[in-house]
Amino acid sequence: MGFLKIDEIHHTYFTKTSATTALSNISLEVEEGEFVSFLGPSGCGKTTLLSIIAGLLKPTEGKVTLEDQLLEKLDNQIGYMLQQDYLFPWKTIEENIQLGLKLNNQLTTEKMSYTYKLLEQMGLSGVEKQYPSQLSGGMRQRVALVRTLATEPKLLMLDEPFSALDYQTKLRLEDLVSDTLKSFGKTAILVTHDIGEAIAMSDRIFLFSPRPGQIYKIIHVPDELRALPPFQARNHELYSEIFQTIWKEVESVETEQ
Amino acid sequence: MKQNSKLEFLHNEYIQSLKRESRWVRFYQLIIFVVFFAGWEIFSRNQWIDPLIFSAPSKIWNLLIDKIADGSLFLDLGYTVSETVLGFILGTLLGTILAAILWWSPFLSKVLDPYLVVLNSMPKVALGPILIVALGPSMTSIVAMGAIISVIITTIVVYTSFREVDPNYLKVLQTFGATRFQSFREAILPACFPTIISTLKVNVGLSWVGVIVGEFLVSKRGLGYMIIYGFQVFNFTLVLLSLLVIAVFATIMYQLVELLEKKLIKNSSQ
Repeated sequence: MGFLKIDEIHHTYFTKTSATTALSNISLEVEEGEFVSFLGPSGCGKTTLLSIIAGLLKPTEGKVTLEDQLLEKLDNQIGYMLQQDYLFPWKTIEENIQLGLKLNNQLTTEKMSYTYKLLEQMGLSGVEKQYPSQLSGGMRQRVALVRTLATEPKLLMLDEPFSALDYQTKLRLEDLVSDTLKSFGKTAILVTHDIGEAIAMSDRIFLFSPRPGQIYKIIHVPDELRALPPFQARNHELYSEIFQTIWKEVESVETEQ
Repeated sequence: MKQNSKLEFLHNEYIQSLKRESRWVRFYQLIIFVVFFAGWEIFSRNQWIDPLIFSAPSKIWNLLIDKIADGSLFLDLGYTVSETVLGFILGTLLGTILAAILWWSPFLSKVLDPYLVVLNSMPKVALGPILIVALGPSMTSIVAMGAIISVIITTIVVYTSFREVDPNYLKVLQTFGATRFQSFREAILPACFPTIISTLKVNVGLSWVGVIVGEFLVSKRGLGYMIIYGFQVFNFTLVLLSLLVIAVFATIMYQLVELLEKKLIKNSSQ
């Protein structure tokens, strides 16, 4: 009984001269409150799969259900965070974080105060009236997270959200995001090509192999690591052990090609 | 402390040198102005150029005083300026609306593409006679000339900038379930605001062309009419007066739009 069910997804991109299969025979389930990662080299269809789950792309074959409901009927239950913050530069932080609510005509005082509370939780009080260009990269990505969480999605999808940040900011944000999602009990999917990030943040890791994108292996992160915040997990002795295992798997994926 | 006073001294010196330079620039600009008009006057008085064709600044000045005194200049100026303003606002507005329609329907934009190219390359003033017959020899057809001359190029420029908006902004909106109209209002239009304002600047110039040609053809009133009338009765003082008035007011209008641009862009890119 899965919270999110992905059933036999195939996806092929067509151009005038070619048909490229991006995803082949993907089936997986994610439990409620679970944090999973899609790990793999570029070109293995991770982002395509996210777009399909988010309902931005219709798969050539297969279906996705969230709580046994087909995706097309879902409205705003899935939050999507991109590689860069993509805050609208002409809107204030306040207008940016309330964008999702405004688009769905849900901008009540109650929900508005919820967004301010989220902003405060992210350590960003007092920036409401500022513009995105006045904030640093890490702050902007935190604002983007608030924007995604503001509509209270049941499922959160993170498409390499830390890849554009410097290393220290990235480590700090990993802890913050992990903590925030755990405290809300949110289900989340993280797409990354950073093995360490996948281990430190997730409960399960789906390793993808490219051309066509397939699930190559599923790795369960040990409970000891799962209980720790990402930064401390990176220092645990089990961390380097599991890093080595995944490293070997990644290598074997690449040699198989 | 000594260091500080030295820095201050150097800074003052730098500011002084900037001021000196801008004073010299102004000085030479003034020289060109004075030499041009004084030379014109002298050449004309000594008959080195034909005063019948080239007139003289003093004659133009006297005519200006006369026309201000009897109020006829303001009447003509008022018509021309209001036609131009209406024309370029209409042209920009219609062009932006057309661009929005093309963005709305990619299929339609593919269908209309060759027609836009043809319309854009065609000299719009050639439509003048047809417009006047269709709309009547009135202000309407002159405003239409002012608008039609800028509408197609506005459509093309604004549509191109609509399409160049980062698709990830649209993706963000789509994940929130935004409709196409909401995407347009929240992302596409505000992102292209600077482009729309800068087409406004180009359109001011174009609309002057459209309106003056329109007034040539309708021949009833306005600065364009003053030119064509002066030409027909061989009163080139009148022609040159209208030319100078047009130059002054076209510049003022352009500066106003530039001011507007500075104000709006500063707000949006803060």
